[in-house]
Amino acid sequence: MEQIMWALFTMTAGVFGCVAYFFVANRVLDAALPARGENAGRNINRANAIRPWLFLFPALAVLGIYLVYPVLNSIWLSFTDASGTRFVGGDNWRWLAGDEKFRESLGNNALWLIVVPAASTFFGLIAAALTDRIRWGSFAKALIFMPMAISFVGASVIWKFVYDYRGEGSDQIGLLNAVVVALGGSPEAWITTPFWNNFFLMVILIWIQTGFAMVILSAALRGIPEETIEAAVLDGASPLQIFWRIKVPQIWGTIAVVWTTITILVLKVFDIVLAMTNGQWGSQVLANLMFDWMFRGGDFGRASTIALVIMLLVTPIMVWNIRNVRKEERR
Amino acid sequence: MSASNAIAGRSPALAWAVHLSVVLLVVLWTIPTAGLLISSFRDRDQISTSGWWTALAPAERNLVARSKAPDAARQEGGEWIIEGNVFDEEEGAGTVTAFGVSSRSPTAFAPGDVAERGDARITVQADGQYRIASEQQPEGRRGTRLFVTSKEPPRWTVENYRTVLFSEGIGRSFLNTMTVTIPATVIPILIAAFAAYALAWMEFPGRALLLAVVVGLLVVPLQMTLIPLLRLHNSIGIGKAYLGIWMAHTAFGLPLAIYLLRNYIAGLPREIIESARVDGATDFQIFLRIVLPLSYPALASFAIFQFLWVWNDLLVATVFLGNNEDQLVMTGRLRELLGSKGGEWEILAASAFVSIAVPIAVFFAMQKYLVRGLLAGSVKGG
Repeated sequence: MEQIMWALFTMTAGVFGCVAYFFVANRVLDAALPARGENAGRNINRANAIRPWLFLFPALAVLGIYLVYPVLNSIWLSFTDASGTRFVGGDNWRWLAGDEKFRESLGNNALWLIVVPAASTFFGLIAAALTDRIRWGSFAKALIFMPMAISFVGASVIWKFVYDYRGEGSDQIGLLNAVVVALGGSPEAWITTPFWNNFFLMVILIWIQTGFAMVILSAALRGIPEETIEAAVLDGASPLQIFWRIKVPQIWGTIAVVWTTITILVLKVFDIVLAMTNGQWGSQVLANLMFDWMFRGGDFGRASTIALVIMLLVTPIMVWNIRNVRKEERR
Repeated sequence: MSASNAIAGRSPALAWAVHLSVVLLVVLWTIPTAGLLISSFRDRDQISTSGWWTALAPAERNLVARSKAPDAARQEGGEWIIEGNVFDEEEGAGTVTAFGVSSRSPTAFAPGDVAERGDARITVQADGQYRIASEQQPEGRRGTRLFVTSKEPPRWTVENYRTVLFSEGIGRSFLNTMTVTIPATVIPILIAAFAAYALAWMEFPGRALLLAVVVGLLVVPLQMTLIPLLRLHNSIGIGKAYLGIWMAHTAFGLPLAIYLLRNYIAGLPREIIESARVDGATDFQIFLRIVLPLSYPALASFAIFQFLWVWNDLLVATVFLGNNEDQLVMTGRLRELLGSKGGEWEILAASAFVSIAVPIAVFFAMQKYLVRGLLAGSVKGG
């Protein structure tokens, strides 16, 4: 309870601190460069040049210290030894190129990158198209969307109950094996079977992300001009043709956005692998490998190198996003 | 409403297919969570021997009971009798469907049958009453082993929740998570709002560049920042403490906050802001009196995002907080349970549900704002 009080106190102090900062900074500026007297015109111009930076200062300071500086520092760290102090040149990168686990992670990440965004977007698109047509659609949407609110670790516990494996002959308490046995198959240890276990871990993320894709794509589908659809109806197009040939091509832009957003998430995914397998049984991924080297390996140089690989993989999407926003701004 | 509805309406078969597909999707997407919820209310023995979907059906249970010790035997008509109930030592009641007297054939006899073992005649009734009769006075110190198969009515219990909340440390972790989440949700909002206003309505050189930087920072992997920040915190003496994680979460939430709020604030009608300027209001006044109140929906959207993200976060908490009792957050605790107590299903299920209940409640209560925020926050394409 005591620490909740501390939290509330910090929150209040933080909010009041912010307000006080902005208030005092503005007052000081107004006092230093008064908008009256002989230099009124010059003062107003100067004050207007300074004021944006007063507004921006706290945000820029926090972003600078907590995001920009660490990124630059990580680049440096990737050229240092385990303690992050001695320059070792390209040693970490050479080690990385030859590391078995790294190759495994890279391969698995490639799989994740292909399967998860594609499947989530696909299911999201289907769910959006179907739920938009029925009266209880918003209720259905809410239920499909709900996993978004669940933490990756919580989701892992949920799916542990689905994937659980008991030896052949005993009662299965995992849903998947129960279904398999009921259909006449024999139970499998889904999570510990190398290679295929990757897909069962991916299912968890697809389960979480489909709702996100659905919500965005559903809004895009509703934004399609009616005339194009009416024209297709008049031309005698079937509902399926209308969907795939008329509607989907008009929302390519949004599909790309959904796809890239999920792609970024996939590159950073770590909780699911950590909680379900911790990278055993051939299921390691980059983010968890990095975590492993940081915490268990205690090697800051190698961990930073792996982080940098993730960063490099994200960079193309980052550039693409920035270009899109700039295009938007110019319009 | 739209032409597509008209098509669906025209073909009843298609309409049915649509309804059925949506039902299927919804079932597939909710069943895993439902399984967890049901499991968390089940008895600990039943949870690990039968699937949660059998929760309503009576459960079959095998138990090995030991009769009372031989010195409890009383003489009755030339025989020594030991009587009792197999359910006495095990809590709960059930119906015996079979019993046996050796581990090789534990279901050899139907209730009421008489099994012979040595010179003893043993019988177990359906209600669990057993009777062991022998001509000689029984010897030894331990009772006879009875193998019983029973059908038990489903048992529902809140015991699991009581256990995790008060003795497994989840209650404590709940408070820790709250401690992390509340300031980490509120503090970035104000900082971001001022910055967003400056980026939207104030003219200064470098504005476009700053916006591009913010958009770029949106996707920076947290992994890039962890080690330098950990070293920074250690070197300036914050170490692993709440202050550090509040700052970290504030920073990680800022790019999205600034981006979301800027898009919203830039979309406010120009006339309102211009006329306020003409009336002599300063930017500070415009921001506090006009922009902030009008931006309430965007502020709510971001607050929900940040709340869900911080509440559900494992990575940042693991790195910036310690593992001790007064710092371990719920996701961290769950992860520990998954590792060390993977077999204690009832603890796992109840703990998981305690940790996901809050975000789910927030989700259903504020879904509208969440959706609005998602639509505004995803970088628009094309």
